[in-house]
Amino acid sequence: MNKTLRSLLLCASLVALPFAAVQAAEGPTLRLATEGAYPPFNYYTADGQLAGFDIEIGKALCERMQAKCSLVAQDWDGIIPALLARKYDVIIASMFITEERRQKVAFSDPYQKSAMTFVVPKDSELQDFSPAAMAGKTIGAQGATTQADYLMARFPDSDVRLYPTQDAVNLDLVSGRLDAQVGDMIPMLDWTRKSTDGSCCRLAGEPISDPKYVGEGVGMALRKEDEQLRLALNQALASIIADGTYKAINDKFFSVNLLTLEQ
Amino acid sequence: MDWLTYLSFGDAGWGDELLQGLGVTLALALATLPVGLLLGLLVAALALFGARPARALALAFSTTLRGLPELLTLFIIYHGVGMGLNALLRWYNPAAGYLELSPFIAGVLALGLVFAAYSSEVWRGAWQALDGGQREAGQAMGLRRLTIFRVIELPQLLRLALPGLGNLWINLLKDTALVSVIALSDLMRMANIAVGTTKKPFLFFLVVCLAYWGVCLLCECLLGRMERRANRGYRSGGAAA
Amino acid sequence: MMDILMRFSGQLLAGAGLTLQLTAIAALLACALALPLAIARCSERGLLRWPIRLFVSFFRGTPLLAQLFLVYYGSGQFRAELSQLGLWWFFRDPYYCALLTFVLNSTAYQVEILRGGLRAVPYGQIEAGVAMGLSRFNQYRTIILPNAYRIAFPALGNEIILLLKGSAVVSVITLFDVMGQTRRIFSQTFDLSVYLWAALLYLLMTSAFVWLWHRLELGLTRHQRARQAPSTATSLASKRVSAGVSP
Repeated sequence: MNKTLRSLLLCASLVALPFAAVQAAEGPTLRLATEGAYPPFNYYTADGQLAGFDIEIGKALCERMQAKCSLVAQDWDGIIPALLARKYDVIIASMFITEERRQKVAFSDPYQKSAMTFVVPKDSELQDFSPAAMAGKTIGAQGATTQADYLMARFPDSDVRLYPTQDAVNLDLVSGRLDAQVGDMIPMLDWTRKSTDGSCCRLAGEPISDPKYVGEGVGMALRKEDEQLRLALNQALASIIADGTYKAINDKFFSVNLLTLEQ
Repeated sequence: MDWLTYLSFGDAGWGDELLQGLGVTLALALATLPVGLLLGLLVAALALFGARPARALALAFSTTLRGLPELLTLFIIYHGVGMGLNALLRWYNPAAGYLELSPFIAGVLALGLVFAAYSSEVWRGAWQALDGGQREAGQAMGLRRLTIFRVIELPQLLRLALPGLGNLWINLLKDTALVSVIALSDLMRMANIAVGTTKKPFLFFLVVCLAYWGVCLLCECLLGRMERRANRGYRSGGAAA
Repeated sequence: MMDILMRFSGQLLAGAGLTLQLTAIAALLACALALPLAIARCSERGLLRWPIRLFVSFFRGTPLLAQLFLVYYGSGQFRAELSQLGLWWFFRDPYYCALLTFVLNSTAYQVEILRGGLRAVPYGQIEAGVAMGLSRFNQYRTIILPNAYRIAFPALGNEIILLLKGSAVVSVITLFDVMGQTRRIFSQTFDLSVYLWAALLYLLMTSAFVWLWHRLELGLTRHQRARQAPSTATSLASKRVSAGVSP
């Protein structure tokens, strides 16, 4: 009993060793983080790889800056705390630039503009999306997003449901648990037009471009003290926009120009 | 039979990702076990034989960690220890690089502390059930404290504590599902990712449940064998099971 | 730290209300459901034993989080079929999905606990009941069940505490219990102290429950302790006799 137990414990500790990841200072590798649950900006393919618009822009920027880059996925509601805890250096996950977030992190120049929109089932009778008309209705959004802040601030009389991922919101809208959801316009366009489950639903109402929630657009988040990195990223971004690399990646995914939202 | 396609190995199916996730789940549980057992033994020793402040500390540790949901403990350790470690590092050396707390380590810490709190109760109960006379005999023979523990008490402790610890191990296996919430690529998380892409939640979550069930049944079988072996040579007291 | 408490105490308390409500209703329903199942499990006729064993094994051998996802998102996948059966209104609401999962889970654990309690009832008392000509129903009502529940009382209390703590996972399916409120507040403020307040809240709830359960147990086992003080009674009686008063 003693010998077997001892050897079992030894094996257990050895198994754990490869996973122990307490690393000291890093070399020149730039560590990017994304969510991985927000198609077509960042998502997992069937063979477990991260892909999407954000990932391609990130790779293009790294190439332009001639830096070695690594990519990790992080759950949305821990993505900023983990950046502040120095788990990685840049967040490139379609994050809206807002005043509230600026209090914690710094942002690069916007690399995408967007607005928020309501999405409803195709057969929905909802026409009016003002807070008064939506009182008592069930509205969903992903938690820790500007959409969630918008809903909680402006729609106190509605039944607001927050989900850990955008996919979960979509699942519940499809199954009919939600009367509507509020999402980021470009991914919602993509979802309703291109995916099989999204064909149940359509965008509705006026696009919401309240600057408090939509801000100047979508940017990359960095720690406030990494000013050099921020300038380098901005330079690289301007460069890939100027020489058409950005447009190539844009057109690969969307028919809309993401910098100006023109068709 | 397109559910077979979804579960297949290779590029089109999610079978290999799920299997990988299962591997991470088992690795997490196996890594937590020694941490939880040793810490629990230490806490039990403090609670039984320590001075007053040590006993109070042990009791506080055990009560607090058993009174909190594991999910909460996991969040506090994941967000808190990461921030704390880096603050400590920068206070010591302002120009220092970064210390990364992987979700795996956070999971091992959180689950290990919870396991230690529960196992300290099991160890304590087992220790109190030991025959004090044997310890005294060891002392009379002039054996050192540690030798008495190693040679006389520990073998008996293991036998008495095994059922309780076995239950805790099964609970640990199930609690590892919670680390999926802090982005560790265990079985639960891989299933969530698969559901996100395939939109077939019932299939994947059923597979996850069956996988956990299978592993638990296997462990219960093994634990039964271990208990029978540990109890060989002892006449069973009380009514036959 | 304190400003977090002042700004968000209302929301945290509302979360606590939901946690307690969910736990209490689930525990009561599971208690009602576990009783017939436990009795059937212990019966000699093996017809119902195997399905119950399978049920218990499944719900004790799988994580609560997985069960919750299976019920909530799994039912969403079958919305059309459920609507046809007229059950969609139930599965549409995350509260009912959570309640169903907790009831099934807790029933499985309580069946095992009650089984232990039922087996520990001293057989002599049951024999006495049979000798007195009590019907099976009355045997259960007057002898077996009171004893079984009293024996199983501490373990039942443990199970309810585990249910209370396990309820934290409902935050993942959009319910704003203590955990859900805490995560929402953290995502807005990034202040870690909100988790510490949540921890304090859970400790308060579990401690209060442990105290309450202990008082209940003292009340239920009063007759077992009264037997241990004959010395006081006899010494009082002897004092009365020596003082010339009839005992």
